[in-house]
Amino acid sequence: MSFVVRTSLTGWGRTNPSAAEVVQVLPPEIAAAVKQAGDRGALVRGLGRSYGDAAQNGGGTVLRLLGSASHAVIDLDAATVQVSAGANLDELLRVLVPRGFFVPVTPGTRFVTIGGAIASDIHGKNHHVDGSFGNHLLRMSMQLASGDVVELSRTADPELFWATIGGMGLTGAVLDATIRLLPIETSKMAVDTRRISDLDALFAAMVHGDEQHRYSVAWIDLAAKGRHLGRSALTRGDHARADQLGAKASVSPLAYAPRQLVTVPPLVPRPGLLNHASVAAFNELWYRKTPRERDGEIQGIAAFFHPLDMVGSWPRLYGRPGLVQYQFVVPFGKEEVMRRVIERVAASGAASFLAVLKRFGAANDAPLSFPQPGWTLALDMPGGAAGLGDLLHGLDDLVLESGGRNYFAKDAHTSHTTIRRGYPRLDEWQAVRRRVDPLGVWQSDLGRRLGLTGT
Amino acid sequence: MDNAFGQPQTIVVLGGSSDIGLAIVRALVSPVLRTVVLACRDLSRGESAARALRDGSFDVEVVPFDLGATGTHVGVVADLATRHGDLDVVVLAAGQLGEGTSTGTDVVLAAELAHVNFTGAVAAGIAAANQLRRQGHGTLVVLSSVAGERVRKANFVYGATKAGLDGFAQGLGDSLVGSGARVLVVRPGFVHSAMTAGLKPAPFATTPDAVAVVVAKGLRAGRRTVWAPGILRFVFSALRHLPGPVWRRLPLG
Repeated sequence: MSFVVRTSLTGWGRTNPSAAEVVQVLPPEIAAAVKQAGDRGALVRGLGRSYGDAAQNGGGTVLRLLGSASHAVIDLDAATVQVSAGANLDELLRVLVPRGFFVPVTPGTRFVTIGGAIASDIHGKNHHVDGSFGNHLLRMSMQLASGDVVELSRTADPELFWATIGGMGLTGAVLDATIRLLPIETSKMAVDTRRISDLDALFAAMVHGDEQHRYSVAWIDLAAKGRHLGRSALTRGDHARADQLGAKASVSPLAYAPRQLVTVPPLVPRPGLLNHASVAAFNELWYRKTPRERDGEIQGIAAFFHPLDMVGSWPRLYGRPGLVQYQFVVPFGKEEVMRRVIERVAASGAASFLAVLKRFGAANDAPLSFPQPGWTLALDMPGGAAGLGDLLHGLDDLVLESGGRNYFAKDAHTSHTTIRRGYPRLDEWQAVRRRVDPLGVWQSDLGRRLGLTGT
Repeated sequence: MDNAFGQPQTIVVLGGSSDIGLAIVRALVSPVLRTVVLACRDLSRGESAARALRDGSFDVEVVPFDLGATGTHVGVVADLATRHGDLDVVVLAAGQLGEGTSTGTDVVLAAELAHVNFTGAVAAGIAAANQLRRQGHGTLVVLSSVAGERVRKANFVYGATKAGLDGFAQGLGDSLVGSGARVLVVRPGFVHSAMTAGLKPAPFATTPDAVAVVVAKGLRAGRRTVWAPGILRFVFSALRHLPGPVWRRLPLG
């Protein structure tokens, strides 16, 4: 166990910081570190990619769990991998892809740990077909507040298994997990792109075409208003079969070596570089360069799934006020609510860079899992934009009224009452947490802020 | 815990009937606000302030607090943290103006004013800061005054207490760097309020609400010092360097 350093931590959005005693630990050292934690409790932090305060524990202990995918155990026949919770998807993909496997779910970044993927029950472009990360989790071992290590699965303490999926790290410290894998023939994607002129056309295109593709997502230009409202680029794809590759790529169909091209330096002008003018110009350009219709384009995994990973520390572009992500889901049949949200954001002039719309499939059994059948929209907005707080609280009202909810991993603004409305099974989750952590050892800023761990 | 927009969930005003303190609360009301605590000596004034604040969306509580009773401060803060959890914003707004010229010649009045405004504020400030440090987040807002920036003869005891308080608050803020907790020093000019009723306004006079807007912006931007109105920063950087004979003769009341 390394020495303890009081460190100021933020989420990926770099907004509301708090300071905690940060300790790097290997799995066997967790128990001792937790025992030393004071009454502010402890939390395991992965790579800090959740946008808000989910991986912070002000005044308490924050454990950086070391782990590597180089010790991952792949079962080729069963198509599963057993991997430590501290390993991340970037490392894991470098191990898996050349062997002809893909992770069952990847978010828009590879830089998330396995533990974080479970804690947020992450989803990706394939949710409408494959569901979220927890759907593919076969088992995990977890260290409880008491120091005991338990084995969890759909049959071994299923209540705690599901409470841990999407449980934001507040039920225990996941040590390792076994995940079902997706066999792939190549490391390339076959991608269809459509330029869509407005929101109604987008809804229609997604309803009618999504099922033919494993992956589907639409990027919406939120700077566009009026008859252009909701104009977008819809990209859908599947893992390319070997026979879809050209002669050159066929030489090593599973080659995979993604790189980071640049990193944003820490010194960005105070107000940031992403404002309404620069974002609107970028969005215009992006929309124009999107082909009206292009089928079967071959892309790499990184370009298709993780375009933002090519720019390191990109939230620094938002300057000192940071970046606020807003992601919510509204049920099917509430398309009008989605339209009103998009109208309000477009009218507010709050620049939104790369707003992403996705159709969710079925929910899983986890009480705090975010995805539920419906439409989800994710927005990036500069934290310094005037009136943004009021705008988002207003949008919360629309979303919750329609039966939707906010996403814990993205949230940095909402109230404890709003969260409770969106997660009616919160009481059930809290009962499980009390059973395995009666003293409230596992704590986070998000847990305290939204009343998950207290009242 | 503040949210990404610097909107607090829990606000404590030490000096809970202070016009500026209450205006700061009003400027920080948002859907995430859960609890406001008005800690004050005069409970009936606190209660009427609480009634005016309550809108049903958050709790307002009035607790007894005497800035001069330094031995009680740790207990007051600990009790609030036990019952309400983390304190996101603590406003140190208590203090007195003194009796003007008589304070400048009356030993007892002067010592009393210095005790409350400085000694009391130091004790309360440290009690609050210790709690914020323990939480690893939170801001102590200290209401200083331009009166402490360069002390003038008309209210020099008051000005001296604010000069001391300002220095204390800056040093406290520096000592908290890295702890997650912060101090925001607020330097208002003449503020039309109950405390200054009947006094002749100084140039650049402002209102509690205008001060509160400046404070709310400063909190959100993570500032360490704000002036209200902002121009006083430049006015006082000039006044600070005036030769003594000129300063004494300025018609500043």
